[in-house]
Amino acid sequence: MFDGKKVIVLGERDGVAAPAIAACVRGAGGQVVLAVTECFA
Amino acid sequence: MDLQNQQAILEATRQHGKENLVVLLGAPDAESSAMAAETVVSGDPTYAGPLAGVQLDLPVFHVLEESVREAVPRQLYEAEVGIMGAVLDKAAIVASLEAVRARVR
Repeated sequence: MFDGKKVIVLGERDGVAAPAIAACVRGAGGQVVLAVTECFA
Repeated sequence: MDLQNQQAILEATRQHGKENLVVLLGAPDAESSAMAAETVVSGDPTYAGPLAGVQLDLPVFHVLEESVREAVPRQLYEAEVGIMGAVLDKAAIVASLEAVRARVR
């Protein structure tokens, strides 16, 4: 699914933050090109 | 979605080409998941940011979806995401994304 793909990670503080998602993407063989964590506090 | 993030997504799409990109969300509920998905598929639904009227049609998934979980090594997924899968309303989040994807097919 992510092998060889470039991935935009849109995390959220109250859900799953970008660094955690980005780690999963890299572990699945994807390349993270943008990773941001939104915060709506 | 934050206006700066919309700009960053627009620039990433221009730089890498939308055919090479996938968007992965970590939003905490169905409403915010749908809003983020809608933004990267059809454009900013609030017409406030740089993606207003910009139809990127990017493939979009939530990190809690089964297809994502299955693509990630199990121990890594459990360590990084595990507990949130039990805390968040996964079924509602997945349904909201499926609804957005169905509209563009």
